[in-house]
Amino acid sequence: MGLQALFFYLFAFLAIASAFMVIAARNPVHSVLFLILTFFNAAGLFLLTGAEFLAMILLVVYVGAVMVLFLFVVMMLDIDFTELKAGALEYAPIGALVGLILAAEMVLVVAGNSFLPKTAAGGSSPIPDLATRSNTAALGDVLYTDYVYYFQISGLVLLVAMIGAIVLTLRHRDNIKRQDISRQVARSPETAMSVVKVKSGQGI
Amino acid sequence: MDGFTATYLWPGLIMAAQSLLLMVSILVALAFLLLADRKIWAAVQLRRGPNVVGPWGLLQSFADLLKFVLKEPVIPAGANKGVFLLAPLVTVTLALASWAVIPLNAGWVIANINVGILFVFAISSLEVYGIIMAGWASNSKYAFLGALRSAAQMVSYEVSIGFVIVSVLLCVGSLNLTDIVLAQGDGLGTRLGLPSSFLDWHWLSLFPLFVIFFISALAETNRPPFDLPEAESELVAGFAVEYGSTPYMMFMLGEYTAIVLMCALTTILFLGGWLPPVDVWFLNWVPGIFWFIIKALFVFFMISMVKAFVPRYRYDQLMRLGWKVFLPISLAMLVIVAFTLKLLGTA
Repeated sequence: MGLQALFFYLFAFLAIASAFMVIAARNPVHSVLFLILTFFNAAGLFLLTGAEFLAMILLVVYVGAVMVLFLFVVMMLDIDFTELKAGALEYAPIGALVGLILAAEMVLVVAGNSFLPKTAAGGSSPIPDLATRSNTAALGDVLYTDYVYYFQISGLVLLVAMIGAIVLTLRHRDNIKRQDISRQVARSPETAMSVVKVKSGQGI
Repeated sequence: MDGFTATYLWPGLIMAAQSLLLMVSILVALAFLLLADRKIWAAVQLRRGPNVVGPWGLLQSFADLLKFVLKEPVIPAGANKGVFLLAPLVTVTLALASWAVIPLNAGWVIANINVGILFVFAISSLEVYGIIMAGWASNSKYAFLGALRSAAQMVSYEVSIGFVIVSVLLCVGSLNLTDIVLAQGDGLGTRLGLPSSFLDWHWLSLFPLFVIFFISALAETNRPPFDLPEAESELVAGFAVEYGSTPYMMFMLGEYTAIVLMCALTTILFLGGWLPPVDVWFLNWVPGIFWFIIKALFVFFMISMVKAFVPRYRYDQLMRLGWKVFLPISLAMLVIVAFTLKLLGTA
């Protein structure tokens, strides 16, 4: 029971409490803010286990990027809060079932220890001592050697998803004025203006 | 009980004292930097700037502080009270939090963690929340528009900042900020056979990235010419339009702390941190903190000058610059840096 344990209980309690508030809060924007707090505490838990790289990536990717877009969407939607709340309790059993299945799956995975078989079994490279190798470097060692294809494929999947989203939403409209910076820069007085001598009283 | 005192209480107290010292010195420095910013701006426009309070107007910021604190905070009737008051707190807390990992001199750092640069990056990506929350909680369309602009802007420029940081990390091979500074002890200059000097720092070998980082830092901190979130000519004051007195001051404080942090970060990543410009005995004798402050002040001076003489960007131009110019260039530079390091055999 050291300081570590104290912080663990603090982060764990706050994570659970704010996760509960996500579904309990009346205002959807408050829900999203509580979800951010949940992520924050999860990052704290990662830090306590010594996985500082994962903690920081969680903050950068989820809190810094994904949740910003979430918050955007929720803020801009015109939601009737009371109507949304009305049927919420009917879904509670289904939610509990999904949660139970997820928990069971996690237990199975962790108990079977079937992930990272090569690392667990010693594999191609022995696990270095945590004191000599930071976990950022250790993650890189595994990710860019044994799992480089999976890593690349997951990157490719994300790229395809991104291009798909752009293709779906991009509409190229004609008849609007667009700014072409290179054309603007390339203009010179000769191409851009002409001096006209106008006789007085006649106009152009 | 003795064990508890030795392991937790003393280190905890020392850390708290260090943090307090750093925070107070940053806040006092900020008061004068704010004045410097206004003075530089005024000088460019051939004005005098603030010159009434104290000799040469030196105490102007403290007068402003008193004014802000003594005024009555007004919360709009339609505002979401909790979030409305939380937003400035979030802004200022996050802006100060990053300073925990910034090394001001060899060993002068509160938390020397080995993912230091990631921590700074993570915290700066959170700073957008203060603005979004302020914009939404104010329940006003100007504030909300300002917040939306700001969020899109900060998220966009974080991408290119991320690539710039990754390129620097490739050259260094560590995420620790102290290591990043020490790695700049030898570089381009020493490869050419010169003694260790300012030519070794990353600003020369990664010059395009230095420029991109500087401009992105302006956009990330909502400084002119990218101050569209507050654009006083169209959005009155953007996300802060409903704020006054102390909450408004906290936004200002957060904004300027973030700017000074970006100055410090530029110094660490590109200008060799506390390393002296030339490796000779009388310059080595000068304390490293002095060089660090000089370099950070130089970056701050450049940021102030940009404010004084660059006109504000239009929003589509801002987005174009971020996504169509900086992103491809920084991505290409990342590949070039990686290849060069591989060819030189240093990675």
